[in-house]
Amino acid sequence: MPPTTPSPVDLANLVIGQELARTRHEITRDTLVRYAGASGDFNPIHYNDTVATDAGLPGVIAHGMLTMGTAVTGLLDAIVDPTAVRAYTTRFTNPIPVPATGAVILEVSAVVATIDEAARTARVDLTAEVDGTKVLGRARATIALPAVDPSESQPGNGAA
Amino acid sequence: MIEESTPVGPADPTSGDIVTTTPDPAFAGRSYPAGPVHTVSAAKIIEFAHATGANSPLHSDPEAARSAGHAGVVAPPTFLVSLAQATEAQYIEDPAAGIDFRRVVHGEETFTLHRPVVAGDRLVPILTVEAVRAAGGHSMITTRVDLADEAGGDVASVRSMLVVRGA
Repeated sequence: MPPTTPSPVDLANLVIGQELARTRHEITRDTLVRYAGASGDFNPIHYNDTVATDAGLPGVIAHGMLTMGTAVTGLLDAIVDPTAVRAYTTRFTNPIPVPATGAVILEVSAVVATIDEAARTARVDLTAEVDGTKVLGRARATIALPAVDPSESQPGNGAA
Repeated sequence: MIEESTPVGPADPTSGDIVTTTPDPAFAGRSYPAGPVHTVSAAKIIEFAHATGANSPLHSDPEAARSAGHAGVVAPPTFLVSLAQATEAQYIEDPAAGIDFRRVVHGEETFTLHRPVVAGDRLVPILTVEAVRAAGGHSMITTRVDLADEAGGDVASVRSMLVVRGA
């Protein structure tokens, strides 16, 4: 099941409360192994059930940073230019157990929370859940907005 | 021979067991020397983007990145975690810091990006231990890795909060 593809949004005309993306992401053991290799995080709690249970976990869990990195991708698709992200922060509130076979589904929504007209930035709040449990807390991305075009903000005054 | 001045920890120091440690608050405020210089790899950006499902061609296609005005493929927002964690290891893995990594849980992570990070960037990391706090039997340690270019220009900052569970 591929993640759903959101439509590009008009960053010049965001409104507070606007949903920019709603996506679903499969996480499997394969996903964890790929992320371990890509990130260099080879903590065995992310691939070895014995080590994970000895550490007091229910079993192998996803890297928190995999969840953080994946959760923002719907927003990245929606804003098209990923370099518009100027800041991204989260708390890790609940681990995601990942079974040896099969997948868990990470469900993410990205909603405009605040707009700073002076700085030309917007804060987008991400909600990330697995089976209805929030796995990230206070997940927020700050995105840069395009500069205001004076010829559009003051109709009729644009011509010389 | 155990000297009388030996600090008394939670475990019996004569038992031969691993002595449980707690993070030393004296490390708060400490900064480490800059470096070493890290060259951002196109292959690692492409691999990281694939692993997290970041699908923009700016992450994987050098031509698309160049057409958009970038010198190389563009790193996804959390890509710098690997360099940040490698830099944090100077502190986390220092036995004197008293951090039992088996008890560490990731609490928070924050990326501040002053400009796009692209393949070929040569970044100079500087590690600072911002805080070491006790809270409810646990310790919370906050580190910050500032990344600059070789001319000293700010590129990004990565702040991590780790929770070290109490014994």
